Amino acid sequence: MDFQLTEDQRALKAGLRELLEGRFDGAALRDAVVDSGAPSLDRALWRELGDAGFFSLRVPEEEGGVGLGLPEAVLVFEEAGRALLPGPLVATFLAAGDVTGAAQGATVVTAVSGGLDGGLVPWLDEADVVHGDVSGAVPLRSVDPLTPLHRVPGACEGPAAGEADLLIAAEQLGSAGRTCEMAVRYARERTQFGQPIGAFQAVKHLCAQMLVRTEVARAAVYAASITGDGTDITAAKLLADEAAVRGARDCLQVHGGMGFTWEADVHLHLKRAWVRAGLGQSAARAEEELAAAL
Amino acid sequence: MDLTYTQEEESFRAGLREWLSRTLPQLPPRPDPLDWPGRRAYDMGWQRRLYDAGYAGLHWPVDAGGRGATPTQHLIFLEETEKAGAPYVGANFVGLLHAGPTIASEGTPEQRARWLPPVLRGDEVWCQGFSEPDAGSDLASLRTRAWRDGDDYVVSGSKIWTSHAEVADWCELLVRTTPVSEDVPKHRGITWLAMPMDAPGITVRPLRTLAGSTEFAEVFLDEVRVPAANRVGAENDGWRVTMVTLSYERGTAFVGEVVACRRVLGDLAREARKNGRWDDAVLRRRLGRLSAEFGALWRLTQWNVSESQRSGSGVPGIGGSVFKLRYSHARQELYEAASEVLGPGALDLGHEWTLDRLSSLSYTIAAGTSQIQQNIVAERILGLPKGR
Repeated sequence: MDFQLTEDQRALKAGLRELLEGRFDGAALRDAVVDSGAPSLDRALWRELGDAGFFSLRVPEEEGGVGLGLPEAVLVFEEAGRALLPGPLVATFLAAGDVTGAAQGATVVTAVSGGLDGGLVPWLDEADVVHGDVSGAVPLRSVDPLTPLHRVPGACEGPAAGEADLLIAAEQLGSAGRTCEMAVRYARERTQFGQPIGAFQAVKHLCAQMLVRTEVARAAVYAASITGDGTDITAAKLLADEAAVRGARDCLQVHGGMGFTWEADVHLHLKRAWVRAGLGQSAARAEEELAAAL
Repeated sequence: MDLTYTQEEESFRAGLREWLSRTLPQLPPRPDPLDWPGRRAYDMGWQRRLYDAGYAGLHWPVDAGGRGATPTQHLIFLEETEKAGAPYVGANFVGLLHAGPTIASEGTPEQRARWLPPVLRGDEVWCQGFSEPDAGSDLASLRTRAWRDGDDYVVSGSKIWTSHAEVADWCELLVRTTPVSEDVPKHRGITWLAMPMDAPGITVRPLRTLAGSTEFAEVFLDEVRVPAANRVGAENDGWRVTMVTLSYERGTAFVGEVVACRRVLGDLAREARKNGRWDDAVLRRRLGRLSAEFGALWRLTQWNVSESQRSGSGVPGIGGSVFKLRYSHARQELYEAASEVLGPGALDLGHEWTLDRLSSLSYTIAAGTSQIQQNIVAERILGLPKGR
């Protein structure tokens, strides 16, 4: 048993982080948000991701893919979540073996995410291919400025937790790690009463809990990527949703009044974390499934 | 990232399982929790069986009498013994998990030869003389004084929360050998001594815990003579020596307990299905969330063990604080849920879960309160400035 990242896995993670920092950094994120109206998908970036092998990561080498496994997929989705990369990444990734052009980033694929009160579809208008029944879909004014959403009426409870949930959980993990870093950096810089606010226990403890939630979620998400087990994935999604949503809220609190403004990026993490928590398996269903497995 | 165990590890597991299935039925009945001499005899009898079978001090270095097992093998040992319902380390806790590893890592060859074999054989019990009435979380503020007189240190002061003091042969004692001053900050001037508990001048006054038992005691020291040869590490270097001990306490001390909590969670679900409480969706969901929680804590344990195995240090890293913080609260949540499953039965001290609910309250206090752990995580891992 060696439950640690291999050199190759570290390199893969670092490589994607570098690519995203060069191509979709904080400034690019803010530019994308400031654009008024419905967000449009950056097709050029989508292509670049395709060229870098992001979507074809799990496609076998003999079919022109990278031929890696679910653990590697989780590591790159963690980086995507950290950078708040917009777009239907999960659906396109999962379609890479079947839908022509998806692996290359030429075709954008989205999918209906089921729920008891109706489904949600991200990026419906921008997608080239849609998986699932979207008849009667109505647009929402999405809470996340970078994730347009449609709502599909009627109950359409999806299958039990699967790879899509795990990849969403990986994005949540990345976001949780990022908001923890943001909070710590701000707590070191911002001074009040003559010292950095990070010297105050009340602030310290918020940050410590952010890290604890992130590391607990990390252990669950990484382990689920190795076992591929449905119950493990269910638990991973539950813990990662919590780490991302609570992490963003605590990050906002550490940022004080600034955190409540559009100027800080914190709200973007919170809103995306809410959207991801609303896609795939819900907390209520996850808890029921985990209880049933006891 | 790999969660599969090697063939060698699996055969170790199989051998251990076989031994446990053969040995556990031979054990005498468990003593009453309030009967300390009985508990000592029971726990040390178990230790002796482990010793005879070659499982004592599994993760200790070979030259300290251990088996030099890998952290993964140690993890398997803790997992399997707990799964099989084997006795807990009990009265041997301090010797096996605190004082022993400290002496193994910091002691002289003579000290290792004197103290380690009796711990492994189950002949001698250790207690921990760290905390004082005015030095709990702020351990470096301890004031028990020791001064040199010939070949001895003469020790006066008092200790508190001294686990197993009633039945201990030895005490891992922290004393102040140089007073705090401008030149000597409070973390310096502390020395680690092995004090024989039968030395004249020691008074042990058991403290009753809220769970009713006397797990720990106050220890009063009135000019107790401790040979200078019993000093582990250099004079005034006790703080560093202590940090070695504490990293063990926070790192691996709870591994078996996570396995135990997962077992208890399964028991709770079975009980709730039987007594009708399972129909309560709020309770059901609460148990489901706890399942995710303890599953993740087990994975985090594997992560930390893999990390220490990679670093080769054997000493658990600072991730132990992250683990301890979450685990101690999860354990309390588990027994709160148990009280809901039990209903009125939760008020019956005769129920094992009621006693466990009471003792779970110590988890966020012992071995560094949650508040101190959060400071450690914030300052040492996240790099936030020291302050108030």
